[in-house]
Amino acid sequence: MQPDWPAEVHKEFATAGVRVVGYVPDAGHKRLIELCQADKKMRAVPLTTEEEGIGLAAGAWLGGEKSVLLMQSSGVGNIINVLGMVSVCRFPLVMVITMRGQQGEFNPWQVPMGEGTPRTLETMGVAVRQAGEPQAVAAHVRLALTRAFEASAAEAVLIAQKVIGIKSFQEQRSQ
Amino acid sequence: MTLRRREVVKDLLKGRKGLLVVAGLGSTAWDITAAGDHDLSFPMWGAMGQAAMIGLGLALAQPRRRVLVITGDGEMLMGIGSLATIGVQQPKNLTVAVIDNERYGETGMQATHTAGGVDLAAIAKACGFKTSKLITKNTDLGKVVHEAIGPNFLQIKVAADKLPLVLPPKDGVHLKDRFRKALADVLPKKP
Repeated sequence: MQPDWPAEVHKEFATAGVRVVGYVPDAGHKRLIELCQADKKMRAVPLTTEEEGIGLAAGAWLGGEKSVLLMQSSGVGNIINVLGMVSVCRFPLVMVITMRGQQGEFNPWQVPMGEGTPRTLETMGVAVRQAGEPQAVAAHVRLALTRAFEASAAEAVLIAQKVIGIKSFQEQRSQ
Repeated sequence: MTLRRREVVKDLLKGRKGLLVVAGLGSTAWDITAAGDHDLSFPMWGAMGQAAMIGLGLALAQPRRRVLVITGDGEMLMGIGSLATIGVQQPKNLTVAVIDNERYGETGMQATHTAGGVDLAAIAKACGFKTSKLITKNTDLGKVVHEAIGPNFLQIKVAADKLPLVLPPKDGVHLKDRFRKALADVLPKKP
Protein backbone atom coordinates (compact mmCIF):
# COMPACT_ATOMS: atom_id res chain seq x y z
CA MET A 1 0.00 0.00 0.00
CA GLN A 2 1.21 3.51 -0.85
CA PRO A 3 1.93 5.64 2.20
CA ASP A 4 -0.47 8.55 2.65
CA TRP A 5 2.18 11.26 2.63
CA PRO A 6 -0.16 14.29 2.94
CA ALA A 7 -1.71 12.83 6.12
CA GLU A 8 1.74 11.99 7.49
CA VAL A 9 3.05 15.49 6.76
CA HIS A 10 -0.01 17.10 8.34
CA LYS A 11 0.62 14.99 11.44
CA GLU A 12 4.24 16.19 11.56
CA PHE A 13 3.03 19.82 11.37
CA ALA A 14 0.58 19.19 14.21
CA THR A 15 3.18 17.47 16.38
CA ALA A 16 5.63 20.33 15.84
CA GLY A 17 2.97 22.85 16.89
CA VAL A 18 2.63 24.60 13.53
CA ARG A 19 -0.12 27.23 13.74
CA VAL A 20 0.14 29.16 10.47
CA VAL A 21 0.23 27.52 7.02
CA GLY A 22 0.84 29.86 4.09
CA TYR A 23 0.23 28.41 0.66
CA VAL A 24 0.05 28.99 -3.05
CA PRO A 25 -1.88 26.03 -4.43
CA ASP A 26 -0.48 23.17 -6.43
CA ALA A 27 -2.37 20.10 -7.56
CA GLY A 28 0.20 18.03 -5.67
CA HIS A 29 -0.58 19.91 -2.43
CA LYS A 30 -4.36 19.68 -2.77
CA ARG A 31 -4.91 17.13 -0.01
CA LEU A 32 -2.34 18.57 2.42
CA ILE A 33 -3.90 22.04 2.04
CA GLU A 34 -7.34 20.58 2.78
CA LEU A 35 -6.04 18.78 5.87
CA CYS A 36 -4.49 22.03 7.18
CA GLN A 37 -7.68 23.99 6.41
CA ALA A 38 -9.73 21.44 8.35
CA ASP A 39 -7.39 21.57 11.38
CA LYS A 40 -8.84 24.00 13.93
CA LYS A 41 -5.42 24.62 15.48
CA MET A 42 -3.99 25.80 12.15
CA ARG A 43 -4.64 28.95 10.18
CA ALA A 44 -4.33 28.25 6.45
CA VAL A 45 -3.49 31.46 4.62
CA PRO A 46 -3.83 31.59 0.81
CA LEU A 47 -1.26 33.93 -0.76
CA THR A 48 -1.24 35.87 -4.02
CA THR A 49 2.47 35.07 -4.48
CA GLU A 50 4.93 32.83 -2.65
CA GLU A 51 6.95 35.88 -1.58
CA GLU A 52 4.15 36.82 0.81
CA GLY A 53 4.68 33.52 2.59
CA ILE A 54 8.18 34.53 3.66
CA GLY A 55 6.91 37.73 5.28
CA LEU A 56 4.05 35.79 6.86
CA ALA A 57 6.45 33.23 8.33
CA ALA A 58 8.78 35.94 9.64
CA GLY A 59 5.91 37.83 11.25
CA ALA A 60 4.46 34.70 12.84
CA TRP A 61 7.85 33.87 14.32
CA LEU A 62 8.31 37.40 15.67
CA GLY A 63 4.92 36.85 17.33
CA GLY A 64 6.03 33.54 18.82
CA GLU A 65 4.31 31.07 16.47
CA LYS A 66 5.56 28.40 14.08
CA SER A 67 4.56 28.34 10.45
CA VAL A 68 5.21 26.47 7.22
CA LEU A 69 4.93 27.44 3.56
CA LEU A 70 3.49 25.18 0.86
CA MET A 71 4.14 25.86 -2.81
CA GLN A 72 5.30 24.43 -6.11
CA SER A 73 8.80 24.78 -7.50
CA SER A 74 7.85 27.65 -9.84
CA GLY A 75 7.28 29.74 -6.72
CA VAL A 76 10.92 29.45 -5.68
CA GLY A 77 11.71 32.01 -8.35
CA ASN A 78 9.36 34.45 -6.62
CA ILE A 79 11.07 34.38 -3.22
CA ILE A 80 14.76 34.79 -4.00
CA ASN A 81 15.33 38.36 -2.77
CA VAL A 82 13.29 37.96 0.41
CA LEU A 83 15.27 34.85 1.34
CA GLY A 84 17.99 37.40 2.10
CA MET A 85 15.93 38.51 5.10
CA VAL A 86 15.58 34.91 6.28
CA SER A 87 19.35 34.53 6.08
CA VAL A 88 20.38 37.82 7.69
CA CYS A 89 17.82 37.55 10.53
CA ARG A 90 18.16 33.76 10.86
CA PHE A 91 14.41 33.29 10.72
CA PRO A 92 13.35 29.64 10.89
CA LEU A 93 11.74 28.63 7.61
CA VAL A 94 10.12 25.40 6.44
CA MET A 95 8.98 25.15 2.84
CA VAL A 96 7.34 22.04 1.42
CA ILE A 97 7.68 22.28 -2.33
CA THR A 98 6.09 20.06 -4.96
CA MET A 99 8.30 19.74 -8.01
CA ARG A 100 7.40 20.60 -11.57
CA GLY A 101 9.53 20.14 -14.65
CA GLN A 102 10.58 16.61 -13.74
CA GLN A 103 9.48 13.12 -14.74
CA GLY A 104 6.12 13.23 -16.50
CA GLU A 105 5.98 17.01 -16.96
CA PHE A 106 3.59 17.93 -19.75
CA ASN A 107 4.32 21.66 -19.78
CA PRO A 108 7.74 22.74 -21.12
CA TRP A 109 7.35 26.20 -19.54
CA GLN A 110 7.66 24.53 -16.13
CA VAL A 111 10.98 22.90 -16.91
CA PRO A 112 13.58 25.72 -16.48
CA MET A 113 12.47 26.78 -12.98
CA GLY A 114 11.99 23.18 -11.94
CA GLU A 115 15.54 22.33 -12.98
CA GLY A 116 16.90 25.45 -11.30
CA THR A 117 15.01 25.01 -8.02
CA PRO A 118 17.58 23.11 -5.89
CA ARG A 119 20.50 25.33 -6.97
CA THR A 120 18.47 28.52 -6.47
CA LEU A 121 17.54 27.54 -2.92
CA GLU A 122 21.06 26.46 -2.03
CA THR A 123 22.51 29.67 -3.46
CA MET A 124 20.30 31.62 -1.04
CA GLY A 125 21.27 29.54 1.98
CA VAL A 126 18.33 27.15 2.16
CA ALA A 127 19.03 23.49 2.98
CA VAL A 128 17.44 21.23 0.36
CA ARG A 129 16.00 17.79 1.16
CA GLN A 130 14.79 15.75 -1.80
CA ALA A 131 11.94 13.33 -1.20
CA GLY A 132 11.98 10.97 -4.16
CA GLU A 133 9.56 8.38 -2.73
CA PRO A 134 6.22 8.82 -0.94
CA GLN A 135 7.48 7.01 2.17
CA ALA A 136 10.40 9.46 2.47
CA VAL A 137 8.38 12.69 2.61
CA ALA A 138 7.30 12.76 6.27
CA ALA A 139 10.77 11.93 7.61
CA HIS A 140 12.30 14.79 5.59
CA VAL A 141 9.60 17.17 6.84
CA ARG A 142 10.17 16.10 10.45
CA LEU A 143 13.90 16.79 10.14
CA ALA A 144 13.25 20.13 8.44
CA LEU A 145 10.84 21.21 11.21
CA THR A 146 13.32 20.27 13.93
CA ARG A 147 16.25 21.97 12.25
CA ALA A 148 14.27 25.12 11.51
CA PHE A 149 12.67 25.65 14.89
CA GLU A 150 15.48 24.31 17.07
CA ALA A 151 18.43 25.66 15.08
CA SER A 152 16.98 28.66 13.20
CA ALA A 153 17.61 27.00 9.86
CA ALA A 154 15.99 27.64 6.47
CA GLU A 155 14.78 24.32 5.05
CA ALA A 156 13.09 23.13 1.88
CA VAL A 157 11.66 19.67 1.29
CA LEU A 158 11.28 19.02 -2.44
CA ILE A 159 8.66 16.41 -3.28
CA ALA A 160 9.54 14.76 -6.58
CA GLN A 161 6.99 14.93 -9.37
CA LYS A 162 6.84 11.14 -9.55
CA VAL A 163 5.58 11.11 -5.93
CA ILE A 164 2.69 13.35 -6.94
CA GLY A 165 2.18 11.38 -10.12
CA ILE A 166 0.47 14.00 -12.27
CA LYS A 167 1.02 13.02 -15.87
CA SER A 168 -1.25 15.18 -17.96
CA PHE A 169 -3.12 18.48 -17.97
CA GLN A 170 -6.42 16.59 -18.08
CA GLU A 171 -5.41 14.60 -15.02
CA GLN A 172 -4.48 17.76 -13.13
CA ARG A 173 -7.78 19.45 -14.03
CA SER A 174 -9.83 16.48 -12.93
CA GLN A 175 -8.11 16.21 -9.51
CA MET B 1 -0.88 72.54 5.65
CA THR B 2 1.17 69.70 4.19
CA LEU B 3 1.92 66.90 6.63
CA ARG B 4 5.52 66.12 7.59
CA ARG B 5 6.44 62.45 7.79
CA ARG B 6 8.44 62.56 11.03
CA GLU B 7 5.61 64.33 12.88
CA VAL B 8 3.02 61.92 11.46
CA VAL B 9 5.03 58.86 12.51
CA LYS B 10 5.69 60.33 15.96
CA ASP B 11 1.94 60.83 16.37
CA LEU B 12 1.16 57.29 15.19
CA LEU B 13 3.54 55.90 17.82
CA LYS B 14 2.40 58.18 20.65
CA GLY B 15 1.50 56.17 23.78
CA ARG B 16 2.48 52.95 22.02
CA LYS B 17 2.99 50.77 25.14
CA GLY B 18 2.41 47.17 23.93
CA LEU B 19 1.87 48.11 20.28
CA LEU B 20 3.80 45.84 17.88
CA VAL B 21 5.39 47.87 15.08
CA VAL B 22 6.86 46.87 11.71
CA ALA B 23 8.47 49.47 9.45
CA GLY B 24 9.22 48.98 5.77
CA LEU B 25 12.72 49.55 4.46
CA GLY B 26 14.00 53.04 3.82
CA SER B 27 12.48 56.25 5.10
CA THR B 28 9.81 54.69 7.33
CA ALA B 29 12.45 52.65 9.17
CA TRP B 30 14.34 55.90 9.80
CA ASP B 31 11.09 57.65 10.81
CA ILE B 32 10.19 55.14 13.53
CA THR B 33 13.74 55.30 14.83
CA ALA B 34 13.64 59.11 14.93
CA ALA B 35 10.48 58.76 17.06
CA GLY B 36 12.45 56.56 19.48
CA ASP B 37 13.86 53.09 18.90
CA HIS B 38 11.93 50.38 20.74
CA ASP B 39 12.36 46.64 21.33
CA LEU B 40 8.84 46.04 19.97
CA SER B 41 9.77 47.67 16.65
CA PHE B 42 10.97 45.66 13.68
CA PRO B 43 12.57 48.12 11.24
CA MET B 44 13.41 46.47 7.93
CA TRP B 45 16.60 46.98 5.91
CA GLY B 46 15.51 44.82 2.99
CA ALA B 47 12.81 42.38 1.79
CA MET B 48 11.01 45.20 0.01
CA GLY B 49 7.29 44.52 -0.27
CA GLN B 50 7.01 42.34 2.82
CA ALA B 51 6.24 44.83 5.62
CA ALA B 52 2.46 44.33 5.48
CA MET B 53 2.84 40.54 5.39
CA ILE B 54 5.11 40.57 8.43
CA GLY B 55 2.37 42.60 10.07
CA LEU B 56 -0.20 39.96 9.10
CA GLY B 57 1.95 37.13 10.50
CA LEU B 58 2.34 39.07 13.76
CA ALA B 59 -1.36 39.90 13.94
CA LEU B 60 -2.33 36.23 13.50
CA ALA B 61 0.24 35.09 16.07
CA GLN B 62 -0.75 37.78 18.61
CA PRO B 63 -4.50 38.29 18.20
CA ARG B 64 -4.82 40.11 21.54
CA ARG B 65 -2.25 42.78 20.69
CA ARG B 66 -2.48 45.66 18.26
CA VAL B 67 -0.13 45.59 15.29
CA LEU B 68 0.89 48.65 13.27
CA VAL B 69 2.76 48.49 9.97
CA ILE B 70 4.30 51.80 8.90
CA THR B 71 5.65 51.73 5.38
CA GLY B 72 6.21 53.81 2.29
CA ASP B 73 4.17 54.02 -0.89
CA GLY B 74 6.91 52.36 -2.97
CA GLU B 75 7.27 49.49 -0.49
CA MET B 76 3.49 48.99 -0.35
CA LEU B 77 3.21 48.99 -4.14
CA MET B 78 5.82 46.24 -4.41
CA GLY B 79 3.71 44.03 -2.14
CA ILE B 80 0.31 45.21 -3.36
CA GLY B 81 -1.07 41.65 -3.45
CA SER B 82 -0.64 41.43 0.32
CA LEU B 83 -3.59 43.83 0.68
CA ALA B 84 -5.77 41.16 -0.94
CA THR B 85 -4.28 38.48 1.32
CA ILE B 86 -4.94 40.60 4.42
CA GLY B 87 -8.45 41.33 3.19
CA VAL B 88 -9.19 37.61 3.07
CA GLN B 89 -7.78 36.99 6.57
CA GLN B 90 -9.55 39.98 8.21
CA PRO B 91 -7.18 40.44 11.18
CA LYS B 92 -9.08 42.67 13.63
CA ASN B 93 -5.88 43.91 15.28
CA LEU B 94 -3.89 45.11 12.23
CA THR B 95 -3.43 48.61 10.86
CA VAL B 96 -1.32 49.36 7.79
CA ALA B 97 -0.25 53.01 7.56
CA VAL B 98 1.37 54.12 4.31
CA ILE B 99 3.45 57.27 4.54
CA ASP B 100 2.89 58.45 1.00
CA ASN B 101 5.33 61.03 -0.39
CA GLU B 102 4.72 59.75 -3.95
CA ARG B 103 8.45 59.14 -4.27
CA TYR B 104 11.14 56.45 -4.01
CA GLY B 105 13.00 58.40 -1.34
CA GLU B 106 16.20 56.36 -1.10
CA THR B 107 16.98 56.13 -4.80
CA GLY B 108 16.72 59.69 -6.07
CA MET B 109 13.13 60.73 -5.40
CA GLN B 110 11.70 59.14 -8.54
CA ALA B 111 7.89 59.26 -8.78
CA THR B 112 5.96 56.18 -7.61
CA HIS B 113 2.63 55.04 -9.01
CA THR B 114 0.77 57.07 -6.35
CA ALA B 115 2.16 60.19 -8.09
CA GLY B 116 0.57 58.79 -11.23
CA GLY B 117 -2.84 58.64 -9.61
CA VAL B 118 -2.94 55.13 -8.14
CA ASP B 119 -5.29 55.23 -5.15
CA LEU B 120 -3.97 52.88 -2.46
CA ALA B 121 -6.81 53.60 -0.02
CA ALA B 122 -9.35 52.60 -2.68
CA ILE B 123 -7.42 49.39 -3.37
CA ALA B 124 -7.39 48.54 0.36
CA LYS B 125 -11.13 49.25 0.61
CA ALA B 126 -11.81 47.04 -2.40
CA CYS B 127 -9.72 44.29 -0.75
CA GLY B 128 -12.01 44.31 2.29
CA PHE B 129 -10.23 46.54 4.82
CA LYS B 130 -12.78 47.63 7.43
CA THR B 131 -11.42 51.16 7.59
CA SER B 132 -9.58 52.77 4.70
CA LYS B 133 -8.80 56.46 4.82
CA LEU B 134 -6.88 58.99 2.81
CA ILE B 135 -5.35 61.46 5.27
CA THR B 136 -4.15 64.83 4.01
CA LYS B 137 -4.34 67.01 7.10
CA ASN B 138 -3.53 66.76 10.77
CA THR B 139 -5.90 64.16 12.28
CA ASP B 140 -5.84 62.15 15.49
CA LEU B 141 -5.27 58.58 14.28
CA GLY B 142 -4.86 57.03 17.74
CA LYS B 143 -8.37 55.56 17.69
CA VAL B 144 -7.73 53.74 14.42
CA VAL B 145 -4.34 52.39 15.57
CA HIS B 146 -5.41 51.32 19.07
CA GLU B 147 -9.15 50.61 18.94
CA ALA B 148 -10.83 50.32 15.53
CA ILE B 149 -11.74 46.79 14.44
CA GLY B 150 -9.44 46.02 11.56
CA PRO B 151 -7.98 45.45 9.17
CA ASN B 152 -7.42 49.20 8.90
CA PHE B 153 -5.60 51.13 6.20
CA LEU B 154 -4.30 54.69 6.33
CA GLN B 155 -2.83 56.39 3.30
CA ILE B 156 -1.18 59.50 4.69
CA LYS B 157 0.00 62.06 2.17
CA VAL B 158 3.21 63.80 3.28
CA ALA B 159 5.69 66.31 1.84
CA ALA B 160 8.55 64.82 -0.19
CA ASP B 161 11.17 65.89 2.37
CA LYS B 162 14.76 64.68 2.36
CA LEU B 163 15.55 64.32 6.07
CA PRO B 164 18.63 63.42 8.09
CA LEU B 165 19.08 59.65 8.46
CA VAL B 166 18.27 58.23 11.90
CA LEU B 167 19.33 54.62 11.63
CA PRO B 168 18.02 51.68 13.65
CA PRO B 169 20.24 48.71 14.56
CA LYS B 170 21.28 46.83 11.42
CA ASP B 171 21.82 43.34 12.77
CA GLY B 172 18.79 41.25 11.78
CA VAL B 173 19.32 38.58 14.44
CA HIS B 174 19.45 41.28 17.12
CA LEU B 175 16.27 42.93 15.81
CA LYS B 176 14.45 39.58 15.76
CA ASP B 177 15.66 38.41 19.18
CA ARG B 178 14.98 41.67 20.99
CA PHE B 179 11.44 41.73 19.59
CA ARG B 180 10.66 38.16 20.68
CA LYS B 181 12.20 38.71 24.10
CA ALA B 182 10.29 41.95 24.66
CA LEU B 183 7.07 40.27 23.61
CA ALA B 184 7.66 37.32 25.94
CA ASP B 185 8.37 39.78 28.77
CA VAL B 186 5.13 41.72 28.33
CA LEU B 187 2.95 38.63 27.92
CA PRO B 188 1.49 36.91 30.95
CA LYS B 189 3.35 33.67 31.57
CA LYS B 190 1.55 30.57 30.38
CA PRO B 191 0.42 28.31 33.25
